[in-house]
Amino acid sequence: MRMRVALFVTCLVDNFYPRVAESMVRILNSCGVEVEFPPEQTCCGQPAFNSGYAQQARVVGRTLLEAFADFDYVVSPSGSCAGMVHHHYPSLFDADPDETRSARELVPKTYEFSQFLVHVLGVTDLGAFFPHRVTYHPSCHGSRLLGVKEEPLQLLAGVRGLDLVPLPHAEDCCGFGGAFAVKMPEISTAMATEKADWVTETGAEVLVGTDMGCLMNIGGRLRHMGRSVRVMHLAELLHEGMEQGRG
Amino acid sequence: MTGVGAGAKDTTTISGRSHAALADDFLRAAVRFTTDRLKDRKRGATEELGRWEEWRERGRAIRSHTVANLDHYLRQFVANARAAGAAVHFAADAQEASAAVLGIVQEKQATLVAKSKSMVSEEIHINSRLEEHGVRVVETDLGEYIIQLAHETPSHIIIPAIHKTREQIKDLFTHDGGQDLGTDTKALVAFARSKLRETFLAADIGMTGCNFGIAESGSVVLFTNEGNADMVSALPKTHIVVMGMERVLPTFADLEVMANLLPRSATGQKVITYMSVITGPRRAREVSGPTELHIVILDNGRSSQLGDAEFQDVLNCIRCGACLNVCPVYRHVGGHAYGSVYPGPIGAVLTPLLLQGEEFADLPNASSLCGACYEACPVKIPLHDMLVALRRRAAQRKAKPGGVRVDRERVAWSGYATLFAKPGRYRLVTRVARIVQAPLARDGYIESTFGPLVGWTGSRHAPALAPEPFRDRFSRMKQDVKVARQNDGKAAESDPR
Repeated sequence: MRMRVALFVTCLVDNFYPRVAESMVRILNSCGVEVEFPPEQTCCGQPAFNSGYAQQARVVGRTLLEAFADFDYVVSPSGSCAGMVHHHYPSLFDADPDETRSARELVPKTYEFSQFLVHVLGVTDLGAFFPHRVTYHPSCHGSRLLGVKEEPLQLLAGVRGLDLVPLPHAEDCCGFGGAFAVKMPEISTAMATEKADWVTETGAEVLVGTDMGCLMNIGGRLRHMGRSVRVMHLAELLHEGMEQGRG
Repeated sequence: MTGVGAGAKDTTTISGRSHAALADDFLRAAVRFTTDRLKDRKRGATEELGRWEEWRERGRAIRSHTVANLDHYLRQFVANARAAGAAVHFAADAQEASAAVLGIVQEKQATLVAKSKSMVSEEIHINSRLEEHGVRVVETDLGEYIIQLAHETPSHIIIPAIHKTREQIKDLFTHDGGQDLGTDTKALVAFARSKLRETFLAADIGMTGCNFGIAESGSVVLFTNEGNADMVSALPKTHIVVMGMERVLPTFADLEVMANLLPRSATGQKVITYMSVITGPRRAREVSGPTELHIVILDNGRSSQLGDAEFQDVLNCIRCGACLNVCPVYRHVGGHAYGSVYPGPIGAVLTPLLLQGEEFADLPNASSLCGACYEACPVKIPLHDMLVALRRRAAQRKAKPGGVRVDRERVAWSGYATLFAKPGRYRLVTRVARIVQAPLARDGYIESTFGPLVGWTGSRHAPALAPEPFRDRFSRMKQDVKVARQNDGKAAESDPR
C-alpha cells in the first residue's frame, strides 16, 4: 500500500511564503512521494496557545485533527508548528476522548520537513548544487522542542558547491516568539538586531533556516537595516539547488 | 500592551523598565561579556564530566522527589537540626522572617551584622529592615559588597554585580576608600579584603543563606567561592541562617549529585571552592564556631505551589542562574528590568507565583519561549511551559468577575478562533486581507509605521501576503513523482502502516 503523505503547510507559509511549500512538494516528488493537501487545515493554534488562550487554540487546532486523520505522515515546513503538535496537543485535547485519541495519533506521524527527509525517506543527498556562501540559523522550537539539530546540517552537507559558514551565537533566539514581538517590541528588536549583526558578520550571501516565522523576523530586520543577505527556507534552497544541479 | 515609545517613564512593567536598560550600552556589554563567559565555561565543565543529560535527570529526580515529600523531609531536617542544638524558626512570609531575624539581633544587642551572599535574604529585604533599627549590615561577598556600595540590588542570582564594569567598580571603591585604586583586579580585591576582614572580626552576628539543608543530619550546607561564608558563620558569636523551605535534600548522597550540578551550571566550575557543612552551633569540646545557631525557614508563597501540577516543579530550583546566562531576553535587558529579587526566566516564573502582585503580572510575557532556559536547567524545570501556564492563568483571571471589563487580547484571539476554526472563513478572511493590503504592499513588503502591529513594523520590513495562497496554487500543481530515490541505501523502506 502506498503511503499517504499530507502537507501541513502552516498558515504563515500558506499565505506569505507559498514558494516554500511548492519547493517541499517538488522535493518530495523527486523522492518518490506524492503529496496531498487536505484543505481542512488552517493553523495549529500556537499563537493563541502561547498567549494563554488555550480554548481559542483548541478551536483552531481541531482543523488539524480533522485534516490529517487519514494520513500516514504529516510533513510541515515549520519545526515550531510541528513542535506545537508534539509538545502540546495531547494535553490541549485531553478533555474529549475522541479528540485525545486523534491528537495522540497525530503526534508520531507529524514531522518537520528535514526530519522527514532524513529519518523517514533516508535522504540526505538530493543532488543539489548551490555555489554560495551560506549560514544556518537553527530555530529554537525545531531544535529544542522537536530535537531537530543535525538533520538540516546533513542536508546542507549534501549540497555541492555550498560553503557553510558557522553563525556565531547560532542557538540564541532571533526574538520573534509570535506575539512576543508585538508585546515586547523593544526587547524583540534588540534580539533581532543582534541576530542580524551576526548573520552579516559571517559574510554569507544566504541565510537558511527551517522556520519561516524566524526567517520572516530576521529577514525583516536585515532588510530594515539595509543588509542585502538573501533569506531562504531550507526547502527553497534545496529545490533551487536541485534545479541548478540538473541544469 | 506597551507600544514602542510608551516605555520611557513606565516603571510598572518589564517593557517599561527594560527601556532604560536597552539604552545602557555599558550594562548590555557587561552582561553579554559575563554571560558568554559563563556559558562557555559551563559547556566545558559539563562536556568534561560527560553524560550530562543523565546527571540532569538524576538532579531532577532527587529534587522532584524531595519537593513531593517536602513535609516529611522538612520535619526530619528540623528535628535533626534541633537535636544538634540549632534553634529553628518558621516564617510564613517575608515580614515574619525579617521580624524573626530582627528579634534575634535585638536580643543580642547587636550593632554589626556580617552577611554572606543570599538571595532569600534579599527576598525578605532584611538589610533595610535592620538598618531602620540602627543595625549596620555589611555584605561580604565581593559582588554583593559592590552592590551595597552602589546602593543597588543584585541583578543576577550568582553574579550580583554582573551589570557593573570594572571602571564603575573602581569608582565605587575609590569613593569608599578615599584613594584612587586603579582598575587592577588585585588592587581592588585587596582593598575589599582588608575592609571585610575588619567586619568579620567585629561583627556580632553572621548571617547566611542556605544552599541545601540535609534532612538526615539537620546540617546547613553553604557553597561559596570566596570563603566568606565560613568567616561569617564561624567568627561571630551568633549565626543566623535564612533558608527557603524547599531547600532540603534527603541525604548526603543527594548532596553529591547537587555538588556536581550546581557549580558546573552556575559558573562552569568542576567543584565549588568552599563547601561548608554546618551541623548545630559550637559543641563543648570545639574551639571555634558560633555559640548560637538560628535557622529561619521561609515559606513566602512556596507552599502554595505544592500540589499544583503545573508549578510544583518550580521548587526544584537550586538557584544556579544557568537560565539567566542563556536567556536572550536577560542578555539584552539585564536583571533589574525584571523589577524583582529573582530575575531571568526563573524570576519571570517564580516572582508572579510567590508575590502575585499586579506589578509582576507581565513578567511571563517577557519571553520568546525559546526554551533555552529549560535546556540549561540542571534540574529540568520546564520554565517555558510554566511561562505559558502563567499567561493562561492571567487570561483566566481577566475573564473572571472583578477582572478587566474588556480584555482586548481575548477579543482578538476569539476573533482569530472564529475565523480560523473553519477553512471557508479562513479563506475568505485571507482573501479580504490581500485586497486590503494591496495599496500598502511594495515589492513584496509592507512598509507601515502605524496600525496594531507597529511594534513589529516599526523596526522590520513585514512581508506582504502572497498574491495567491498555496492552497489555491496546489490544486493546479501537477506532481511529477519520480521512482523512489535510494541514494542513502535505506530510502523509503519505512513501513507506511
